[in-house]
Amino acid sequence: MTFQRPIGRLRIDHDTVAECRSLAEEISRPIEQLARDHTTSSLERACLRLVGVDGVEGSGTEAIPIPNRVVEEVDRSVGLERGVLLPFFHTVERGDRSVQETAERIARGEILVELPHGDAHDTALNRARAAATTAVERIASAATERELRIGEAGEAAKPWFYEIVATGNIHEDIPQARAAAREGCDIVAVIRSTGQSLLDYVPYGPTTEGFAGTFATQENFRLMRAALDSVGEELGRYIRLTNYASGLCMPEIATMAALERLDMMLNDCMYGIIFRDINMQRTFVDQHFSRMVHALAGIIINTGEDNYLTTANAIDSAHTVLASQFLNERLALVAGLTEEQMGLGHAFEIDPDAPDQIALEIAHAQLVRECFPNAPLKYMPPTKHMTGNIFQGFLYDGMFNLVGALTGQDIILLGMMTEGVHTPFLSDRDLALTNARYVFGGAATLAGEVRFEQGGDVERRAAQVLEECRQMLRKISEIGMFEAIEAGMFADTVRTRTGGRGLDGVVRKGMDYVNPIVDLLTERVGGTR
Amino acid sequence: MTEIRPYGDASDDGLVQFSFTLPMAISERARQSALELTRRMGFERAQVVHMKAIGPDFTFFVMYGATTHSVDPDRVQVRERDFPLLAAPEVNRLIREGLKRRLVVVGACTGTDAHTVGLDAILSMKGFAGDKGLEYFAEMQVVNLGAQVTPAEIVATVRSTRADAVLISQVVTQRDAHILHLAEVREALAAAGERERLILVGGGPRFSPEQAAELGYDRIFGRGTKPSEVASYLAHAIATERLSA
Repeated sequence: MTFQRPIGRLRIDHDTVAECRSLAEEISRPIEQLARDHTTSSLERACLRLVGVDGVEGSGTEAIPIPNRVVEEVDRSVGLERGVLLPFFHTVERGDRSVQETAERIARGEILVELPHGDAHDTALNRARAAATTAVERIASAATERELRIGEAGEAAKPWFYEIVATGNIHEDIPQARAAAREGCDIVAVIRSTGQSLLDYVPYGPTTEGFAGTFATQENFRLMRAALDSVGEELGRYIRLTNYASGLCMPEIATMAALERLDMMLNDCMYGIIFRDINMQRTFVDQHFSRMVHALAGIIINTGEDNYLTTANAIDSAHTVLASQFLNERLALVAGLTEEQMGLGHAFEIDPDAPDQIALEIAHAQLVRECFPNAPLKYMPPTKHMTGNIFQGFLYDGMFNLVGALTGQDIILLGMMTEGVHTPFLSDRDLALTNARYVFGGAATLAGEVRFEQGGDVERRAAQVLEECRQMLRKISEIGMFEAIEAGMFADTVRTRTGGRGLDGVVRKGMDYVNPIVDLLTERVGGTR
Repeated sequence: MTEIRPYGDASDDGLVQFSFTLPMAISERARQSALELTRRMGFERAQVVHMKAIGPDFTFFVMYGATTHSVDPDRVQVRERDFPLLAAPEVNRLIREGLKRRLVVVGACTGTDAHTVGLDAILSMKGFAGDKGLEYFAEMQVVNLGAQVTPAEIVATVRSTRADAVLISQVVTQRDAHILHLAEVREALAAAGERERLILVGGGPRFSPEQAAELGYDRIFGRGTKPSEVASYLAHAIATERLSA
């Protein structure tokens, strides 16, 4: 089958689209400023990980990572306003020990961290800069290594079929992921243990127990990456691996993903704020850093607009998806992500009892396609109206596939007929792939021939959603982004600037803040200003 | 009634449709193993109508068979809903008359579960499946604590708001975590001396109403519960003087 992105099929008002983009730019400006002026405990921990600090104190999933301990000690002794790297490398220099040994000694409380002065300042700074250069090279090498691997194994044809494993046990996830790949899955996402987003540390090592998902740990990333590399070689098709850069440890997880060559990461500009009640300042600061890391590592981000439709009415709130996509796009551009790295999300969630719902789904999906012609769009299957009638659900998933095929969606998260019943059986995934292969195989060429009647229902619906999106963005730009979230304009959920989890980890940068990793990342990926 | 069997396309044929996966490579041995397994499950004349390899190590089956078992519906123990479904004005009236003030409802997801979808479906104005949530009811004051709330936080909120009812939701669970988490909340409320004066309600897709006694809850709601059912239950509980306030 030949994949194509059908563009120019709907006559949409491109001036409105341009206005939406410039409104998004205006709206995101204070967020960019906030991100430049602040750091967070997790961002600093990510930097420590990048220069080679690893390991934990204690055991099990509740062991405290050494990066957490070092950041705590730096905060306690000299504060985080100047960043951790300078005082940390000063401590390394003073003790003349390795990075890891120094970190462990700080963690044990054996050395007190101090700020360097005079020559010691320059020595520590040079040491930090050298370490940063190596670290940033390591992030960049993920992109080159991936290209090399794709060259060797072969690139998967689009659309990419995306499936989820979530057993809680990495050793159980691996055979399931390999089975899925063998049946035609191109992207494996390992769902995280529920609640990991609210942990302010990253669990360590291979894990075998989780709740409805598997903990995101660097070792779990490494094990799954290796398993997918080997099955990819066997199949002649590079299998992509996905995880979640969200929650309180977003920057660290983004960093681990780069180090272990993950390919896609869930990373939405507002998901944590709205749906997990994570403080908005924490989220925006962490996100900017995470997105720079993703940009340099060649990781495709997946945004979470589908979530808006799982709570709200998918017809009435269709424009909120589009508005969020414009904001996600802008906040990705300023962090240096290319359009080809923007897996903007949307979903097939209209009530199947609503009249003309398939035409409406096509209008929404095609509108997104037209607005973001170069983005590898990620299309999410029905979840809200999956009732447990698995037979009807299988048909919904088939119609979802058809709409995805006709509107040229790049990344297809395969719908499970047992959605909402249990985590998928091995056979559920296999049936989902059979369904998708049938529909995408049968409708691929049709996608290139579909035209919509001028002024017809589909076109008028798309125009209406676009207009409602413009109105929403205008309103947000008038009152301001933070104020809009405080007013409950997203998913009817009110979040305050100082509410939610994680504000205590947000630190305003001092005049003498030093972070050569952030400097180098900014230099390398630039980002649109 | 008398003993009945599943109805396929004729009375008493007992036909059942089922599917499962065996952890073995596809082969005649796999097919025979599936047939033998279904015989042991109490099915006769079983047929494998579809058999497919899922990778080299698994085989998926779709099968039909006639069950040798039957059931007499009159002899099955059932818990019917023991309160009437009420419209919003009626719910409000019962609360007003029973309490002479608004009913304070505290809702939370506890434990590791970060999914508020069930809680929000019941509490938020928006509701679920066209049914408005408890926030819609004029005589209810709803405090939605959201996800991963500890039992201690629930107790503190119950005290500070003088809550009349507590709703605990558990959506995503593994290894019976949902049961454990509900028990923790009940114990914390009991230890604080608040349990007896409250209507304590649990809910989530993995629960069934029969579990209420075992969990020490006044009521458990399972999959597909609409907010109006919860609202009706709360109004009914007040009208029947479950509350002495």
